[in-house]
Amino acid sequence: MPGTFEPLPGGGAAVALDDVEISIIRSLAVQLLELIGPGPAEDASDDPLAELFADGPSEPPSDPVLKRLFPDAYSDPEGTPQAEQAEEQRAYSSEFRRYTENDLRTGKRENALAVVRSLDALHSGGDGGAVLKLSTAESQQWLGALNDLRLAIGSRLDITDEEDTDLLYRLPDEDPRKPMVMAYLWLGGLQETLVTTLMP
Amino acid sequence: MGRVTSPAPVEIERTESAEEVFAVPEPDVPWVTIVHNDPVNLMSYVTYVFQTYFGYSKDKATKLMLDVHHKGRAVVSSGSREEMERDVQAMHGYGLWATLQQDRK
Repeated sequence: MPGTFEPLPGGGAAVALDDVEISIIRSLAVQLLELIGPGPAEDASDDPLAELFADGPSEPPSDPVLKRLFPDAYSDPEGTPQAEQAEEQRAYSSEFRRYTENDLRTGKRENALAVVRSLDALHSGGDGGAVLKLSTAESQQWLGALNDLRLAIGSRLDITDEEDTDLLYRLPDEDPRKPMVMAYLWLGGLQETLVTTLMP
Repeated sequence: MGRVTSPAPVEIERTESAEEVFAVPEPDVPWVTIVHNDPVNLMSYVTYVFQTYFGYSKDKATKLMLDVHHKGRAVVSSGSREEMERDVQAMHGYGLWATLQQDRK
């Protein structure tokens, strides 16, 4: 699956995708949307102002993927803070989360939705594939969504250091993780070529 | 003569203590945004984020990205706590693993 984005003259990017590739990206984006969850507005409030003033969560998410997408802002992964300092960091992280996580979730949701919409707007060329053309703004949304998808899959595959990635390249075909690894590496290629078209 | 000049040192002392009081609520220790290494984010993407969000040159963005990659972390911006919270939020939006802390070095 050699997905490669090419820059379009005048800005934007294009990639040829077959039907299987389209359905894989769409399905992953939908799963990400389900994981991120609906916005506060969809939680049955008639008051538009309520959404503006709604506080986000103050506790870190329990799902490891969400924990990676919305990490603690005040923590030192290499440090071993004293109890008092750790307590302070937890309190600051919790406050930061309350004021930022809703907005962050909204941004990630919009990027994933943009991916689903542009795939749904594709007209198959009849030979089981289509050329996806993105404007610069759409490319930026795709770039963010591809990154979130790779973070999500990376987290599910438990990729925590560079050696894990090297191991994945050498997985035997019968390993149950193989399809997910193939998708992870393929999305990496898509993201790599898409970011090249956007480089300032 | 002693009487005429005696108030002068008192005035000087007063000025100093006033400066000290003024300095207390505003400790001039900057905050920093730190980006941590993770094996998922592509090197090209991290460089792109540093260029796009911070407006850094390609050279500076690449050097910071390499610091993150090789040293495990890099200070990517510094300023007030509010500014750093904004930067950390933006980094999380891009999917980079970032934290802020007071620069006590």
